[in-house]
Amino acid sequence: MIIIGERINGMFNDIGEAIKNQDPTAIQKWAVKQIEAGSHYLDANVGPAVEDSPEVMKWLVEVIQDEVDAPVCLDTTNVDAMEAGLEVHKGTAMINSVTAEPSKLEAILPLVKEYDAEVIGLAMDKSGVPKDAATRTAKAMEIVANVDAHGIPMEDLYIDPLILPVNVAQDHAPEVLESIQQVKKLADPAPKTVLGLSNVSQNCTNMGLINRTFMVMAMAVGLDAAIMEANDQEMLDSIATAEIILNNDVYCDSFLQQFRK
Amino acid sequence: MAVEMLKEKWTGQVAEVVIGATEEEGGTRTSTVTVGGETALPFLDFEGEIPNKPVVAYEVLDEEPEGWAEPLVEAWGDVYSDPVAWAKKCEEEGAELIALRLVSTNPAGQDRSPEEAAQTVKDVLDAVGVPLMVLGCEDAEKDNEVLKAVAEAAEGENLLIGATEEDNYKTIAGACMIHDHTLIAQSPVDMNIAKQLNILLTDLGVKENKIVIDPLLSSLGYGLEYSYSVMERVRLSALRDDKMLSMPVVAFAGKEAWRTKEPNTPTEENPQWGEQENRGVMWETLTASTVLQSGANILVMYHPQAAKNVQSLVDDLMEDNS
Repeated sequence: MIIIGERINGMFNDIGEAIKNQDPTAIQKWAVKQIEAGSHYLDANVGPAVEDSPEVMKWLVEVIQDEVDAPVCLDTTNVDAMEAGLEVHKGTAMINSVTAEPSKLEAILPLVKEYDAEVIGLAMDKSGVPKDAATRTAKAMEIVANVDAHGIPMEDLYIDPLILPVNVAQDHAPEVLESIQQVKKLADPAPKTVLGLSNVSQNCTNMGLINRTFMVMAMAVGLDAAIMEANDQEMLDSIATAEIILNNDVYCDSFLQQFRK
Repeated sequence: MAVEMLKEKWTGQVAEVVIGATEEEGGTRTSTVTVGGETALPFLDFEGEIPNKPVVAYEVLDEEPEGWAEPLVEAWGDVYSDPVAWAKKCEEEGAELIALRLVSTNPAGQDRSPEEAAQTVKDVLDAVGVPLMVLGCEDAEKDNEVLKAVAEAAEGENLLIGATEEDNYKTIAGACMIHDHTLIAQSPVDMNIAKQLNILLTDLGVKENKIVIDPLLSSLGYGLEYSYSVMERVRLSALRDDKMLSMPVVAFAGKEAWRTKEPNTPTEENPQWGEQENRGVMWETLTASTVLQSGANILVMYHPQAAKNVQSLVDDLMEDNS
C-alpha cells in the first residue's frame, strides 16, 4: 500500500494558520510525523484560508522538502500553482489531480511529462462524480488513453474512482469497489488506483472503523494507494494484516512491527 | 525478425556480505570473500547484476571424524586428526573459504572448553590466509559460551560465525557485534522464521550486511526439493525488496550429503549402485549444484573432488551471457 499522508491541508486549523502566517513550524512537524508513521508521499493542499497561488504552493513544497526527503503530492486545481510546485520539487512529484475533461487533460498531462511526475486521475468530468461503476470506469479509461497518448508510463498514473461519504451516498461504495476491479482488468498495463480514503466516513460516527474496513475491502479488489490519515495506528495494523493475507508481504511473527518500519 | 527477450524486472537486491578482514581492515587475512549483491535470480545475468559468484567453502572438523566413508578418509585421512594441517591442505586444494566446525566442544563428546576452542580457531587463523567460518557443536548453551570466546579471541577477523536461532541469538549476535564478525541466522526450512529471526537480529542492532541466512539444507533424496523451494522463495522475496529476507544464503551440502545412506554404502554391499568413490562425490556434487540454482551463495563441502566439480560448474555458469 502506497500511503499519501493527508494532514498538510489548509483545511486543518493549524496548517491554515501556518500558511496564512508563513510559519513553517506546524507544516514541518506534520511532515516529519507522517513520514515517521510510514507515509510515502505527503499531500500538500493550500486549503481555504488563503488563495491557492503559485507562490503559496512553491513555499509549501520548499518548506516540506527542507525538512523531509520525501515526494510531495501537489493537491491543487490551479495549473499555475501546480507548475510552481513542480519547478521547485526535488525527486518525483505527484500531481493531484486531473479529470477526464479534455481541457484539463491538455493543460496538465504535458506538465506530468515535462517534469517526469506522477498524476492522480479522477474518474469524473464536468458532469461531476459518476453514480455507477461503469461510468467511473469509462472516465478512467479516457484518462488512461490520454496518458498513454502523451507517452507517460502507465505506472505513473493513479486512477481515483472517487468515494463519497456512506452517510449521504451509501450506494457509491460498492460501485467504487467494482470500478477498481474493472480498471485493473481493462487496462494492460493497468494504472495504479488510489482513494481519498477518509472521505468515506466524513461526518459519520466510528470514522476510524469505517475507514479501515473500507481500506481492507478496497485492497482486496486491487487498491494500490490511499490519501489517508497516516498516523492512524489501527489503520496501519489493518493494512499490514491485509498485505499478509493478500500474500503481498511474507508472514513473520513481527509482521505489524515490521510494517511500521 | 529478432525475438525480444522477455525480462523480469526486480526491485530488490541481495545484501552484499564480506567475510574476513585483511590487515588494513583490522584482521590478518590475505584475502576476503564477498557474496551477494545480485539483482536477479541465480546466473540470469541478462536480467540484472550478479557482481559476486557463489563461493565453495571447505569444511574442517576440530577433532578426528568417526565413521567417515572411505572416499572421505582417502581424501583427508592424512590430515584430519589435526585441524591446522587439515585447513592448510584445504588451502592447497584451492579453498577460498574454510568452515571450521568445533564438534569437539560437544558436551556429549569431548566437551572441550571455550578457551581450547578459541585457541584452535587462532591456530587455524595463523596457519591459513583465507577467511574462516566458525561453527559450533549444535548444543545451544555450549555454543553460546564457545562462540562468544571465539568471537573475542578473533576480534577484527570478521569470521562468519554460526549459528543463531530464533530462540537463541542474543549472546552470539552480541559477541559478533562487539568483536566485528558476521553471523549465520539459521531457521528450520521455514521462510517465516527466517524473516522473523532477521527482524530480531536487526532490532538488536546487527547490520543487514552482517547476516547470512542458513535455511537448512536437506540432501538429495532426503528433502532437497523442500529446501530448494524455501531457498527459492527467500530469494524471490529478496528480489521483491523484502529487506528482512535479502541476505545471502549458506548451504551445508557436504555435511548433509555424506550423512545419508547412499554415499556411505560400500561398493560390495550394493554393487548395482556403482562405485562408492564416485557415488558419494556425485551425491554431494548434485546436492550442492541443485541449490546453486535456488540462490545459495556459499556452499560448504566435504570432498575435494565434489568441491572442484561445483567450482567448475560455477565458473561455467558465471560466464557472461548477457
